[in-house]
Amino acid sequence: MSLSVDNVSKRFGRFAALDRVSLQAVDGEFLALLGPSGSGKTSLLRVLAGLSRPDEGRVLFGGEDFLRLSPRERRVGMVFQHYALFRHMSVADNVAFGLRVRPRRQRPPRAEISARVKELLALVQLEGLEKRYPAQLSGGQRQRVALARALAIEPRMLLLDEPFGALDAKVRRELRRWLRQIHDETGVTTVFVTHDQEEAMDLADRVVVLNAGRVEQIGTPAELQKTPATAFVFDFLGDSNRLPCRVVDGHAMFEGGFSAPALGPVHEAAQATARFRPHEVDLAVEGGVPVTITHLSARGALIRAECQGLDGALYEVDLLRDATPASLAPGARVRLRPRRVFVFAETAR
Amino acid sequence: MRSVGLKRPASLGAFLLLAIAIGWLAVVIVLPLVSVFAEALRKGVPAYLEAFRDPDGQAAIRLTLLVAGICVPLNAVFGLAAAWAVAKFDFRGKGFLLTLIDLPFSISPVISGLVWVLLFGANGWFGPALEAAGIKVIFTVTALVLATLLVTLPFVARELIPLMAEQGTDEETAAVTLGARGWTTFLKVTLPNVKWALLYGVLLCTARAMGEFGAVSVVSGHIRGKTNTMPLHVEVLYNEYDFVGAFAIASLLAGLALVTLALKAGLEWRYADELSAGRRH
Repeated sequence: MSLSVDNVSKRFGRFAALDRVSLQAVDGEFLALLGPSGSGKTSLLRVLAGLSRPDEGRVLFGGEDFLRLSPRERRVGMVFQHYALFRHMSVADNVAFGLRVRPRRQRPPRAEISARVKELLALVQLEGLEKRYPAQLSGGQRQRVALARALAIEPRMLLLDEPFGALDAKVRRELRRWLRQIHDETGVTTVFVTHDQEEAMDLADRVVVLNAGRVEQIGTPAELQKTPATAFVFDFLGDSNRLPCRVVDGHAMFEGGFSAPALGPVHEAAQATARFRPHEVDLAVEGGVPVTITHLSARGALIRAECQGLDGALYEVDLLRDATPASLAPGARVRLRPRRVFVFAETAR
Repeated sequence: MRSVGLKRPASLGAFLLLAIAIGWLAVVIVLPLVSVFAEALRKGVPAYLEAFRDPDGQAAIRLTLLVAGICVPLNAVFGLAAAWAVAKFDFRGKGFLLTLIDLPFSISPVISGLVWVLLFGANGWFGPALEAAGIKVIFTVTALVLATLLVTLPFVARELIPLMAEQGTDEETAAVTLGARGWTTFLKVTLPNVKWALLYGVLLCTARAMGEFGAVSVVSGHIRGKTNTMPLHVEVLYNEYDFVGAFAIASLLAGLALVTLALKAGLEWRYADELSAGRRH
């Protein structure tokens, strides 16, 4: 079923947690809410779950006014960062909870519940751990139980609040792949909150970038990378270098007489900031912004070079290891020639 | 609970300290306790049992059980509600509420009794009005219950608040999203998570309710067979030089205290990580 959030606002005193947020998700879509802490992503998720009421706006789900339903009636499955498993219940009882608390008439018979629990534990690859208690499980296992528990109620929508935030990097990547797989199998509309851009880009069909309670941009991971709408989106989605420039007829002009086509919304500006990624810049001997290399570090197939400009500003440059001359060492004076630069309108936020 | 990082006493100083501690405990706690039972049995078992055949004694026992039976459930419910409110919600005046809950711990039990006299006594705020309506509070079982309620109010709440605060509201939130109603969430999630701490608090509360002397002494009026609880009855018997009777009733109180202590120790040993007390000590 499709989700439509329309101009939703939520304030806590003078702090606007959500400021006229609108977004849509089609049936079965995997949507990521991406933003730093305090950006409103968890507030939005709680509104969707019915755990908090927005001050304004509408939320429609499958054409139904979602805000008029209690959390219970919404039937959304929620997964929390700190698992929130029932500590005094076994794994099987945790998973069965949502079925057992149904009103008697809607409650499946016992045998059906235990069959369903078995099936779900197989889906999350935890067969044989039915009798364990949450305290006896690893973090990754706990989160899988939490997901099985959320899936048990056959949710109409799945909401995940930084579900892998408390796990270490390796387990996180593993669970990420596995979550995507479960989503593809169940086909349930999923909203996933994270502050990890890599996780969002890796998992989601579309990403909603939030900042200070507002939507900065909504798009597929490829769209966000290719055409970031704001400086915030560009900076949040990866490492970002900044250079002062002038923009003349869609070209960013740098000191030292170097210029590059300016991507982004700005075509003319007397004073602007050009942004570029570490992997979208060349080092040259002539013609470019003069810098000194201060540090080199190896990163797999790449070498990350840290450079310092004449004014003390720091830049990061990724070089292909195989294409890097041995003469390049800390102390070397070189010139930066960005290949792709973005210039965004300066906002007075 | 086994303490980590402690060693067996090795030096002379350590042994000396240990000896002082054990000697002190023997003099201050064990000796009086033994003397209670010794005095009670001084004239033999038949004389000891005779004390329990006295109708006033039996009335005192019944009354104590009645008062505890009313106060403990009420304060258990209050304690749960207060702990739930303080631990799971944020509201203004929370610190003040916590201080109020602690108040009975810090004021003298005599005051806890006296306030009821000031409120409902013949010259109290509401006394004359109640008397006109034909309702007597002071020198009745009602007053005993009120005084005991006040004295034992903090026990359950104080035990539950730190534990519930630590557990947070995540599990309740999860239960709600899974379709549980408020009452179901309370019964299946909140209550099981604090059940041992609740039992622990109830035990402490019961022990205090049965043993309370000061507060009930002020409001009781010492009417034999009517408003004398066990501790008050002990005093009456003692003042009448019925030492065997006094110590016999006292031995019953002490016995109840020992049972409570054993249960409490058992809980602490078995469910240390589910009690806030286990963490505090």
